[in-house]
Amino acid sequence: MSYRLTGIVVTVSVLCFFSAAYGGDITKEELKGQDEQVQDIKSDVLAISAELAKLEEKLLYPSSTEVSVFVSLAEGLTFRLDSVELQMDGNIVARHVYSFKELEAMRKGGVQRIYTGNIRSGDHDLLVSVMGKAKGGSDLRKAESFKISKDVAPRIVELSLSDQGITERSR
Amino acid sequence: MKRLFVPLILVLLSASLSLAEAPAPKDLKDLYFGEALYHAYQGEWFDAVSRLDTELALHYGVDEPARDTLHYHVNQAEFDVGDFELYYRMHRKAGRAIKAVIEGNVPEPVRNEAIFRLARIYFQKGQPKEAQEAVDRIKGAVPEKIRNDLAFLKAEILMANGRFAESARIFSDIQDAPGLLGFSTYNLGIALTRDGKETEGRSSLERAGQIKSVDNVTLAIKDKSNLVLGEKLLSEKKFAAAKDVLDRVRLAGPFSNRALLSSGWADASLDNYQSALVPWTILAGRAATDPSVEEAMLAVPYAYIKLGIYSKAALLYAQALEAYGREIEKLSASITSINEGKFLQALLREELKQDPDWVVKLRGLPEAPETFYLLDLLASHDFQESLKNYLDLAELRVKLSAWSGDLVAFKDLTQKRRAYYEQLLPVVDREFRRLDTLMRLRLSQRDSIEKRLHAMLTAPRPEQLETADERVTIERLNQLERKLAAAVPDASGAAWARIALLRGVLSWNMYTDYDHRVTLAFRHLHELNSEIDRMKGEYAAFVRTRQAATQSYEGYDDVIRTLSERTAAARKNVDKLMSRQGKILETMAVTELTRRRERLEKFQVDARFAMADSYDRARRAQDKKRAEQ
Repeated sequence: MSYRLTGIVVTVSVLCFFSAAYGGDITKEELKGQDEQVQDIKSDVLAISAELAKLEEKLLYPSSTEVSVFVSLAEGLTFRLDSVELQMDGNIVARHVYSFKELEAMRKGGVQRIYTGNIRSGDHDLLVSVMGKAKGGSDLRKAESFKISKDVAPRIVELSLSDQGITERSR
Repeated sequence: MKRLFVPLILVLLSASLSLAEAPAPKDLKDLYFGEALYHAYQGEWFDAVSRLDTELALHYGVDEPARDTLHYHVNQAEFDVGDFELYYRMHRKAGRAIKAVIEGNVPEPVRNEAIFRLARIYFQKGQPKEAQEAVDRIKGAVPEKIRNDLAFLKAEILMANGRFAESARIFSDIQDAPGLLGFSTYNLGIALTRDGKETEGRSSLERAGQIKSVDNVTLAIKDKSNLVLGEKLLSEKKFAAAKDVLDRVRLAGPFSNRALLSSGWADASLDNYQSALVPWTILAGRAATDPSVEEAMLAVPYAYIKLGIYSKAALLYAQALEAYGREIEKLSASITSINEGKFLQALLREELKQDPDWVVKLRGLPEAPETFYLLDLLASHDFQESLKNYLDLAELRVKLSAWSGDLVAFKDLTQKRRAYYEQLLPVVDREFRRLDTLMRLRLSQRDSIEKRLHAMLTAPRPEQLETADERVTIERLNQLERKLAAAVPDASGAAWARIALLRGVLSWNMYTDYDHRVTLAFRHLHELNSEIDRMKGEYAAFVRTRQAATQSYEGYDDVIRTLSERTAAARKNVDKLMSRQGKILETMAVTELTRRRERLEKFQVDARFAMADSYDRARRAQDKKRAEQ
């Protein structure tokens, strides 16, 4: 059994314990080549995505009727947001239940585009309903109505949620 | 199980230390930029890059970029798009984007941050020479937030380029830097050792192995330092010292299995088999999938033999044989499963990806036994990269498939719009032309009235402001005069005088009321102008709507066709690459599992011989005992 003692491989790993362990039929060059091709296809697909976004905007949301609603969280928000519902002129146009990841992204300053649609020129009623949990754990509901006016340019509406309420910032 | 993630974190250490998450601007002006960050903070790199790319293209495409809301964040956006591409592992594109910023006219700290990011990309790509050239270009002010990360990266690059002494100097300076606790000291030890300064290197590893912290990752690097130092001492036959260092490694840490094994060998090397049994017995009771555990299954009975307890050793060898047999069976089933394609299917299970610990969950899939070994495979950088590529390609395939459907729907939509409007628009256009002619006529009349009214301000023309009644009255007087002249040519002057009087009254009224009438006329003109403005607004709205109607279906055919072709080509390419990537993953997995199986088969042979030997020794001992009795 002395082979065990003499055969023990005491590896002093200096940079990393783990090394690539794969068959000799896959070379580093092949892996690199494959990786480069994956990068190239990512570039291609991103380019298609950009073209498609332009097409969608022209075809589905022309600027004369386009409206986009964004939701952001104000700094220092203490309640936990569960969901947001939007009603435009009495019709529900968006409803979103937030995942943990989405909430974290918004807490870090990310802004969610909750709705993109079409409305005609003129004034419109936007009703925003927010549900969540207060710091103590009790249910919390907030609702605010806003008048938004639409002209020939794309209409961007930002809804900022804070402990005090919902603020609409027109852009 | 989660402790197995820590080695993965350590493997990715150089990246995770420097890849600070881009903070959102305090005063966000551009919501679409905020949307890109929203995706980025969720790790949705494709969407983040796509959104920000589009936003940057729009920004540079507008006539006055300074008036665009992205103008306030354009430098950060340029950095972020490169950073997101890096996260999305598009090193080549990210490198280009950041290079463009470096060569642009930007403030020193901004440029230096860009160079830092570029150097990091090169380093991660395994191009330390290019990384060195990049960091050497950093001159002047460096933003505070990246100062320590930059120093760490510089030291890593120097070490990768074999400049150990310089690397050690930098690591030494940042030993207490926040977030680098333990890592700098550990790397300092490695750099010094490689520089031939064994004693100093050992002393650094010793310090790194005694750091006090409650942070899991710091504790893991502390364990790693102790393990590296312990195994080094062991290889130098300094068994007692090695034992002391190895016993500092936490029992629940990610390096505990190797530490327990080596600790046992340190004891065994000092012929202290009783002590060696302590770590080895703990280790032998752990999951048999770990190579150290598998080795410990042979080491424990070996120690019993050395202690002269042959029957116990024989029993333990039998148990080891059984465990190896089970493990070999599992490995064989795993290899079969991989060859049947189940491994790749398991990787793509959607419900698993909803769980942040999906790799752990993946291990529990009964229909894909090979996934049990995934964590160990994941520790290999190449396997990680291949797996990420495979998952990225799968995501692209889903997107492209959805887009193909969208493009078919868009084509259908434009055709339906065309059919609807082409029937409706000729009628609308006819009516519009009629109204347009009428409108132009009325506008021309208005212009003429305005001109005449303005002329009257300098040259009064009361007759032009006569009322309708007055016009009728004048006409009647004209008729009366004609009749009077024809019927009674020699009529007395009284009739003519009466007509003249009436004409005089009319003229009197027109002249005396002239100013009032001019004022009234201008007021009416003003009212008319308001109506005309409203009409022009409606006209413009109609023209826009009319144009929008045509634009809603015209000019899309080529775009949709081209995009459909590109999408189809990309799908084909993705399928091809995915199949190749899948094969690479399967080969890596099969190779690794085969290697493990072969190792176990060798252990099996060793265990069989050792078991037979133990039985012999036990029997001989028994015989000897009997003979003595």
